[in-house]
Amino acid sequence: MGAAAIGIARQRNLFGVVLLGGIYSFLMATLLVVLDAVDVAMTEAAVGAGISTVLLLGAIYLTGSTESGPIHKPWLPLFVVIVTGGMLVYGTLGLPAFSDPQAPIHQHVAPRYLTEAPVKTGVPNVVTAVLASYRGYDTLGETTVVFTAGIGVIALLRRRKPRVRRDDTDRRAGQ
Amino acid sequence: MRLDIVLRVLAKLLIPFALMFASYVQFHGDFGPGGGFQAGVIIAAAVIFYAVIYGLPSARKVVPDGVIEAMIALGVLIYAGVGVVGMLLGGNFLDYFVLAHDTVHGQHRGIFWVEVGVAVTVSAVMLKIFYVFAARRRDAEEESS
Repeated sequence: MGAAAIGIARQRNLFGVVLLGGIYSFLMATLLVVLDAVDVAMTEAAVGAGISTVLLLGAIYLTGSTESGPIHKPWLPLFVVIVTGGMLVYGTLGLPAFSDPQAPIHQHVAPRYLTEAPVKTGVPNVVTAVLASYRGYDTLGETTVVFTAGIGVIALLRRRKPRVRRDDTDRRAGQ
Repeated sequence: MRLDIVLRVLAKLLIPFALMFASYVQFHGDFGPGGGFQAGVIIAAAVIFYAVIYGLPSARKVVPDGVIEAMIALGVLIYAGVGVVGMLLGGNFLDYFVLAHDTVHGQHRGIFWVEVGVAVTVSAVMLKIFYVFAARRRDAEEESS
């Protein structure tokens, strides 16, 4: 995965970048399966490796397949990235160790979801139960976000057909 | 690409299974991994596959633009509608316990319809984004000519 990421950063041919991005997504999906997050892995494989690859290929078809050289020196962005990354790493130092059974999340809500969700909702998959029932409002918000994204794309990129008709009506109004 | 018989036959073989898998992920999401989002994305991927192999116009014949735009809104309406039905039946918004006589059945029913709403919106939005991207060059050429 690291090799794929470095390849993406070094590569100037955008077709190769897109393919490396797909490879990265598939590796990520495999990693998520190993972590037992099968739902997320499915989404990663379908969206990250599938649909976004096709969309990026479509974008390359529309623009061009070679990245132009950088106009500015990359020192300021590099500084921002390093500082942000350093702060994020510093933040993870405060988190409990990976898969620590004493972590607060495993003491507080997780046992309740695991014991109660299958009984109360009759849905054995706890992820689905939490997503659709316990966190129903969140998921409604997420669906609205997807909806808004679709509307935004339509508003930005849709071909404006009525333009011709408007000209016609203008001409008629002029006559 | 469009004349390549291997790709065409392979697409014909694979797309039904992709759609089948999507409905499995959708309706079996209560018991195994999956759910509305994943199923919607897989449906969209199957149709995009069809469009890549057979060309955008034939995909637009199968799933017209109007249907997709209606589906984008319909999914959110289904989701919010479940909440409103819960309110009408005397519960809170998005309260599934009142949707059936048995609270567990009510939860089941609520989750089912909510997932349907998510799948409808997600698949429609993904497809719409792809359509808009893929049709852009063609439309620009038509406008300039």
